[in-house]
Amino acid sequence: MSTTTVANHEEHHDHPTGIMRWLTTTNHKDIGTMYLTFSLVMFLVGGSMILGIRAELFKPGLQLMNPDFFNQLIGVHALIMIFAALMPAATGFANWMLPLQIGAPDMALPRLNNWGFWLLPPSAILLTLPFTLALFGIGDGALATGWTFYPPLSIQGGIGVDFAIFAIHLLGISSVLGSINIIVTLFNMRAPGMTLMKMPMFAWGWLITAFLLIATIPVLAGAVTMLLTDRHFGTHFFNAAGGGDPIMFQHLFWFFGHPEVYILLLPVWGFIPQILQTFSRKPMYGYKAQVYSLWAIGALAVVVWAHHFFTAGMPVPALLYFMYSTMAISLPLAVLFFCWIKTMWKGSMTFETPMLFAVGWIILFGIGGLTGLVLADVAADAQYHNSYFVVAHFHYTLFAGGIMGIMAGVYYWLPKMTGNMYDEKLGKWHFWLTAISFNLTFIPQFFVGLAGMPRRIPDYALQFAEFNMISSISAFALGLSQLLFVYVIIKCVKGGKKATDKVWEGAEGLEWTLSSPPPYHSFTEQPIVK
Amino acid sequence: MEPVIDPKSDSNDVRRKTKAEQDKANSKLAIKMIWVAAGSLLFAFALVPLYDVLCSITGLNGKTDNNAATLNKAKVDESRSVTVQFTAAVMPGLGWNFYPKQTSITLHPGQIETVLFEAKNITSQIVTGQAIPSVTPGVASVYLKKIECFCFVNQSLKPGETKIMPLRFFIDPAIPKDVSEMTLSYSFFEAAKK
Ligand code: HEM
Ligand SMILES: [Cu+2]
Repeated sequence: MSTTTVANHEEHHDHPTGIMRWLTTTNHKDIGTMYLTFSLVMFLVGGSMILGIRAELFKPGLQLMNPDFFNQLIGVHALIMIFAALMPAATGFANWMLPLQIGAPDMALPRLNNWGFWLLPPSAILLTLPFTLALFGIGDGALATGWTFYPPLSIQGGIGVDFAIFAIHLLGISSVLGSINIIVTLFNMRAPGMTLMKMPMFAWGWLITAFLLIATIPVLAGAVTMLLTDRHFGTHFFNAAGGGDPIMFQHLFWFFGHPEVYILLLPVWGFIPQILQTFSRKPMYGYKAQVYSLWAIGALAVVVWAHHFFTAGMPVPALLYFMYSTMAISLPLAVLFFCWIKTMWKGSMTFETPMLFAVGWIILFGIGGLTGLVLADVAADAQYHNSYFVVAHFHYTLFAGGIMGIMAGVYYWLPKMTGNMYDEKLGKWHFWLTAISFNLTFIPQFFVGLAGMPRRIPDYALQFAEFNMISSISAFALGLSQLLFVYVIIKCVKGGKKATDKVWEGAEGLEWTLSSPPPYHSFTEQPIVK
Repeated sequence: MEPVIDPKSDSNDVRRKTKAEQDKANSKLAIKMIWVAAGSLLFAFALVPLYDVLCSITGLNGKTDNNAATLNKAKVDESRSVTVQFTAAVMPGLGWNFYPKQTSITLHPGQIETVLFEAKNITSQIVTGQAIPSVTPGVASVYLKKIECFCFVNQSLKPGETKIMPLRFFIDPAIPKDVSEMTLSYSFFEAAKK
C-alpha cells in the first residue's frame, strides 16, 4: 500500500525515507496504512491456523495433531483474530479516516500514535513464538487454554501462557494509547462548526469504542497480571488451594470480554450507515436515533458480562438479571437495524462491492444477533453452552459482523486511499465467494452444536461426520477466497482506473472533498462546517 | 441528518484554534484520559476484595464460612430434617486417597453432628494438603455452620500415613424451608508452597 503516499512524497524532503520513514512516521495516513497492512497479514496468519483445525476436524478421530497442539491453535487463532486482525483494522480506519472526516490536519497525539502501532508487531511475535520455540525443544508450545485463559488450566500451563500474558499487556497498552488519541482527536480537533451531533457516524462509533476500551482493557490487564503472579509469585487470586477463586477470573475476564465484542463492532456500525447512504443516494435515516442507540449499547455492554458463564453456578436472581439485561441489548440493536434498512428504503440503490458487503452484512449479522438471543436464555444456554452453536453464533457476529464489515470499508475507501479504483468484477467475485462459503462453513456448526457437539475438542462422535466435512471443505474455500481479496488490494495499490475525488456518486462528507489519494498533509487550514 | 458541509466558507462566528492552544488542550485531555485508564486498572484489583465480600454475604459460589462457628444454643427444629451428602475429590498433583466414611447424613436443623473423612498419603514423601469446601445449592451454603473442620488448617501426612479427619457441624435453623437436601463437597489441593 506504500505507493499511495510515496506519490505525494516529493513535496516533503524533510522526511526520512525507506524503513526509517515507517519506523518514525507520525503521519496519520502512514500509520493507518501500517495498521491495515498488519491487520491483513495477521488475518491470513490466524486464518491458516484455523484451517489446521478444520483439517483435523474433517474426519472423526485424531489424524493430524495431538489434542494439546489442537488447543494451542484454537486459542492463538482467536487471540490473533481479535487483537491482531479485527482491532487493528478498525484502528487503521480510524487513523486514516477520522482526521479526514472531521477536517483535522492529523491525529491529536501523533507521536503516541506511532508508539501505539509499533507495540503490535512485538506482541504478534510473543503470541506465535512459543510454537517455534517448541520445535527447538524449549517449552511445550503456545497457550492451550483457549483465548479465555481460564484457571486452573492457565495456572498449570507452560511458558506459552506467560508469552500470551505479555502479549496481552502490550496489546492492551497499544489500544489504550490508540483510544486516548482518538478521544482527544474527536473532542478537540473537529473542524470549527462541526458540533458533536454533526460528527459522521463513524466518529460516533469510534468515540464510544474508545471509551469502552479505556474502561475495560485495564481490567483485562489486571486479571492477567493476577494470573501471572499466581503462576510465579505465590499469590492465590485464582488458586483455590490458597483461598482464591477460579470463578472470579471468569468475572474479571468477561467484564472485559463482553464489552470487547462491542468494541469490535461499534466502529463497523459507524461506517456501514455511511456506505448505505452513499449507495442509496439519500441521507442516512435516524442519525440521532442511531447515536443514542450506540450509547445505549455501549452502556449496557458493561453490565451483562455473566451471560458467558450462566452454567458456572449463580443464584437465580443473578441469572434472571443477566438474562434480561442481555436481552435488553437487542432493543437498541433493533433500532439500528431499522435505521439501516430505512436508509435503503426507496433509495436509488446500486450494488457496487462495498454495498454488496454492507447489505450482506446486515443479513448475516442479523443472524448473529438472533442466535445471541437464543443463548441469552438461561434455560436454553444450559444445553448450548460450550457447544458448536456458540461457535457459529460468534462467527456470524465476528466474521460476518466484524470482518465482512471491515471488508465493506476496505472497498469503500480503497479508491480514496490509493487514488485508484479496485477491480469491480473481482471485488464482486470476492463478495459472493466469501458470503457463500462463510454460510456453508458455519450453518452446519449450528446443527452439530444443537445436537451436542462440544467446542474445543479435537475428536467427535460419528454422527457429526457429514456436517463437519461440509464445514471443513467450505472453510478451505473461505480461506482461499481471501487470497482473491489480497490480490484485489495489491492490484488496486499498483494501479488501475484513476479515482475521482468524490469516488462514489452519492458520497457525502469531508473526506470526499480531498483529492484521491489525499495529500500527505491534509486540512492544514481547517475547513469550516455550517 | 448528515451535516451540511461547506469547506470553503468562512464565517465570523466560528474561529480556528491556534497551534499552541490546540496542543495545550490536547495534552490536558490526554492526561485526563490516562487517569481514567489508571482508575479502571485500580478498579480491577478492587474487584478482588469486593468479590469476596459479595460471595460470603450471598453464598454465591457455594463458599462457606471458614471460621469455626460458635456452639449454638438455638433450639433444635425437630419438625423437619435436612439431608447432607458428602463428596470428596483429590486435585491433580496431590498423591492422596481421600473419601468420606459416610456418604450422607440426615439431621434436624440445630442438631450437632460429626462426620469422619479418611485421607491416606500414598507417596513416599511428606505431603501437605488443603481442603476447600463448597456447598450446592449456593443458597444453602451460609447456613452450614462448621464448629470444627480439617479444612480450617493445612493437613500434613507422612509417607504412607492414614489420618481420620473429623468435621463437626450443624445446620442453622434459619435455613429456608424449601431446602431439604444439600451437598458438601471437599476438594483436597496440594497446599500452596509459601
Ligand atoms: C443481541 C445480541 C447478542 C446476544 C443476546 C448475545 C448473547 C451471547 C451469549 C449468551 C453468549 C454465551 C454463550 C455461551 O457461552 O453459552 C454469547 C457468546 C459470544 N458472543 Fe454473543 N450475543 C450477542 C451479540 C454478539 C455480538 C454483537 C458479538 C460480537 C461482536 C458477540 C460475540 C460473542 C462471542 C465472541 C461469544 C463467545 C465467547 C467465547 O466463549 O469464546 N455476540 N453471546
Ligand atoms: Cu457477551
